[in-house]
Amino acid sequence: MNATTATISFEPKTTWTPSKGVVGMTCLIIAESAIFMIFVVAYLFYLGKSLSGPTPQQVLELPILNTICLLSSSVTITFALRALRGGETKRFSYWWLATIALGAYFLFGTGYEWHRLIYEKGLSIKTNLFGTTFYSLVGLHASHVVIGLVALLIVMAFAIGGSIKKAHAERVHVLALYWHFVDTVWIVVFTVVYIIGR
Amino acid sequence: MSKTLRRFVKSRLIFCMVSILLAPQVLFGGERAGQSLIPNTFAPESTPAHSISQLAGFVLSITGVMFVLVAGLLAYVVVRFRRRKNDDGMEPAQVYGSGPVEAAWTTVPFLIVIVLTLTTARVIQQVQDARKPASALDVQIVGRQWWWEIRYPKLGITTANELHVPVSSSRERLPTFLDLRAADVVHSFWVPRLMGKIDMVPNKVNSMWIEPERTGLFLGQCGTYCGTQHAKMLLRVYVDSREDFDRWVAHQKEIAENDPGAASGRLVFEHTACINCHAVSGTAGNGRFGPDLTHLMSRDTLASGALSNSAPGLKVWIKSPDRFKPGVLMPAMNLNDKELDQLVAYLTTLK
Amino acid sequence: MNGAIDIGGISEVLPPASSAESEKTVLDHIHSWLVTVDHKKLGLMYIMYGLVFFVIAGLEATAIRIQIAWPNLHIISPQAFNQLFTMHGTTMVFLVGMPLIFGFGNYLVPLMIGARDLAFPRLNAFGLWLSVFGGLLLYFSLIGGEGMTGAGGAPDVGWFAYAPLTGKAFSKGHSTDYWTLGIMVGGFGSIATASNLITTILCMRCRGMTLLKMPLVSWLNLIMSGMVLIVVSPLTAAQIMLLLDRFAGSHFFDTQAGGSAVLWMHFFWIFGHPEVYVLMIPAFAWASEIIPVFSRKAIFGYPVMVGATCAIGFVSLSVWAHHMFTVGMTSTGNTFFVASTMMVGVPTGIKIFNWLGTMWGGKLRFATPMLFSIAFLFQFLIAGLTGIMLAAAPWDWQLNDSYFLVAHFHYVLVGALVFMIFAAVYYWFPKASGRLLSERLGKWHFWLFLIGFHVTFDTMHLPGLLGMPRRIYTFEAGRGWALLNLICTIGVAFQIAATLIFVFNVLLSLRKGKPAGNDPWDAWTLEWSTSSPPPEYNFPEIPTVKSRRPLWDIKHPTDPDWKYE
Repeated sequence: MNATTATISFEPKTTWTPSKGVVGMTCLIIAESAIFMIFVVAYLFYLGKSLSGPTPQQVLELPILNTICLLSSSVTITFALRALRGGETKRFSYWWLATIALGAYFLFGTGYEWHRLIYEKGLSIKTNLFGTTFYSLVGLHASHVVIGLVALLIVMAFAIGGSIKKAHAERVHVLALYWHFVDTVWIVVFTVVYIIGR
Repeated sequence: MSKTLRRFVKSRLIFCMVSILLAPQVLFGGERAGQSLIPNTFAPESTPAHSISQLAGFVLSITGVMFVLVAGLLAYVVVRFRRRKNDDGMEPAQVYGSGPVEAAWTTVPFLIVIVLTLTTARVIQQVQDARKPASALDVQIVGRQWWWEIRYPKLGITTANELHVPVSSSRERLPTFLDLRAADVVHSFWVPRLMGKIDMVPNKVNSMWIEPERTGLFLGQCGTYCGTQHAKMLLRVYVDSREDFDRWVAHQKEIAENDPGAASGRLVFEHTACINCHAVSGTAGNGRFGPDLTHLMSRDTLASGALSNSAPGLKVWIKSPDRFKPGVLMPAMNLNDKELDQLVAYLTTLK
Repeated sequence: MNGAIDIGGISEVLPPASSAESEKTVLDHIHSWLVTVDHKKLGLMYIMYGLVFFVIAGLEATAIRIQIAWPNLHIISPQAFNQLFTMHGTTMVFLVGMPLIFGFGNYLVPLMIGARDLAFPRLNAFGLWLSVFGGLLLYFSLIGGEGMTGAGGAPDVGWFAYAPLTGKAFSKGHSTDYWTLGIMVGGFGSIATASNLITTILCMRCRGMTLLKMPLVSWLNLIMSGMVLIVVSPLTAAQIMLLLDRFAGSHFFDTQAGGSAVLWMHFFWIFGHPEVYVLMIPAFAWASEIIPVFSRKAIFGYPVMVGATCAIGFVSLSVWAHHMFTVGMTSTGNTFFVASTMMVGVPTGIKIFNWLGTMWGGKLRFATPMLFSIAFLFQFLIAGLTGIMLAAAPWDWQLNDSYFLVAHFHYVLVGALVFMIFAAVYYWFPKASGRLLSERLGKWHFWLFLIGFHVTFDTMHLPGLLGMPRRIYTFEAGRGWALLNLICTIGVAFQIAATLIFVFNVLLSLRKGKPAGNDPWDAWTLEWSTSSPPPEYNFPEIPTVKSRRPLWDIKHPTDPDWKYE
């Protein structure tokens, strides 16, 4: 094929395309949601099928405070993002810190609950089907909270160093999407484990 | 036609012709001696197997017609629209699509699929939801690595690997309903001439039924991978006449023979680890991990088909089971030759 | 130049920036490949990785076929045989199929949508190396693992690893763990690359390329990647559960504690069935580029092709339990899956008709890519029809887990997918390397592989119909299977010969192949507008397009596509 240049004049439409970070994070969220779905299905499937051992009704207490903290952290992260978009880096840092604190409390609360379940109520992952599905589902969620917190802490470190600027708002937004996802999963887990399951 | 193309079409035609000629011979090739043992899914000899075979014929016909039409179209297109040697180099007319054509070749397959689904649904119901007549025989089969434990709960019989059932006739229907379980991993009960396979899943009870229409031996084997010796988890189903079946049942119900001449062998059996796994009624042996040996010699094979059942066969099996079924769960018993001979002499009395 | 499509800019790669470039040593070259984030290099590495494992898995299959060529052979022990078929299946699906489709997607998508790279180049490299690591981990089991009897290394539980056979009680060593971890790691790589492809396609198309104007390769990679996100995760979840069972003492699939073997099956097949569509959809994509070019006609029914593939994507998520017809589901459950499985055949058939419609009225050129594509059409048709047979649940009670099933899925994966992989290699090799593969060797490759494929896999349907189950290391004489199995094994020899010719062709052509130029096939999509091989930045100027076939518009300025669609 000879090298030729042809020119066609026209005015193509400029179409809006979504931001890459948002699309990429959405893909990750879709994949993670599918993993969680399977653990939820396993949980529901095995409800009432344990051959022995403690039942949900016997040992589970509603983790109200934990839930309030985690869900509030979605609110605080939104405030943080709003502050960053407005260029108010100091306010951003405070709200970001609040998010981390609330997330950390949730983890602490989960750990406390697990300690109680294992040592006082004798429920471990080995005990029965309830133990298996409970610890794996809640644990999978908690591990995602851990990963989120690590990411939040890294951002915090940058913020303390003064490196986070308004221009980074889009990237922080992508991370916030992940955090919202983690919180939404908790709503599902809470409903399945503590409401339906009991 | 170009040489390449001629070869292409020719090879296709030859292959099709050979397959069409060969396949029926292979599949339906008459019931010559030995042929009746071939577990041919297109030679059904039991009511549910017939239902399946008829459905299969129907589906095969429809898909066959579809194949001929579409492959024929492909062959036609390849020949008719090939670029000729005297081609002018111009691009052909560009056709981007056609609504009516798309509609046609969406609707027709859709209708075909509906017909196939409904036909299939009917057969599913016919076979799976068949009501169990009061006269049906009940058998429980437990799949184990790598043998079959067979129980007739209402008759109080336990045996292994070789299933005996009565023949059924249109005058007096006598189907056998099988309860399928598994003791360890997933297995599958498959005797093609009698019925399709149904899995045996631990912690689950499945059921199937057969209704054999002639007496004789039917071969099958485990239909799902269950470990090292999946290949040798063979099945033999003996369809007996009423009288033969009743006789077999009566014999199986008897306590094991206690031939005083084989007393030394019986001692070996009772004092070695044999009794931990095997049961022989009337002795100290009531292990359930391995096959019940009460009427061992009434069976044609050992080790679910791995060996023929005879004194020499027993001897080599007991000496070294791993040799015939590598990975088998029965350990070599490490008996000396004298003990081995005595034991085999005893076992061969367990008719 | 507003709205210009420049196809002239570069007919050869630009000279090196400095003299230091031309003094690169072999180590420098290797290093540049190891650290690259360029989608073209990563794509080629995926493809090379896939082809290497194709040969390895092919050798595993050869060993299998030799052992069961005749009854009661003792060439390979049962333990080794069980490892062979497990590794053959696992390798072909995860270390050949997935890398090849991601390799082609990686290479082609940016070039075909007028982008310079994928959306996240470093994530792309990460995905590749995760996949590579996963594969190496799986094969490390040969050294590090222990099977059911402690006698072997590689996993021996079958590629779908049914519970409770995979539990600690029945698989005592670590081989199952290598299977689980190797695949899981590879799965993370797949999710990463799929996310990357989706983001690229949604966000980085060149100007004028609306979603309905992008090449079908791009559309189908989008659909395939979307499916990967949804279906690889269930497998990952099930594998996490299996690992918890094996190491933490949980009871997901522990039937002694009330766990369910069937649950594993559901989770696995929710992944497993859509997975085969994930593998096939890129093959459809390549066919949708190659067949039009060698028929000299636009693809017939572009919007319908997009719609049908979307339909396949959705419906395929609802058919999984047709792998479980024998497991003892209720008649209602069985009937539902019969209906959904048969239904997915409709959009699949529509695609076959559209390819035929593309060829109708065209001027067919039988270059090697087209030969493989025509064989693909024939074989995919048959595969679909035997699929319909298997969808009739009561018939499936006979056919499931028999050699009929093995023949069916090899018809799909070899007869359709491998044939299209060969077609795609012959078609795009000139673009990637700047040289054409030998047509003469290509035809030898094609005919030998075709003969071998049919001798093996046409025949293989028959033992299945005669009651021969799969995964057996030997079988009894007198069941009517002996001659048929021998014929199947003989076919392997032809396939091996063909593959050797293929490898030879590739190696020879890399050095001595005819220079290809930008556009050896007289094709119409954007990748043919740049040089062969493309420069690292793909295009000197990002093109703007107005129709689905930008180069057709240039070559036919009085009759461009955008006048018609």
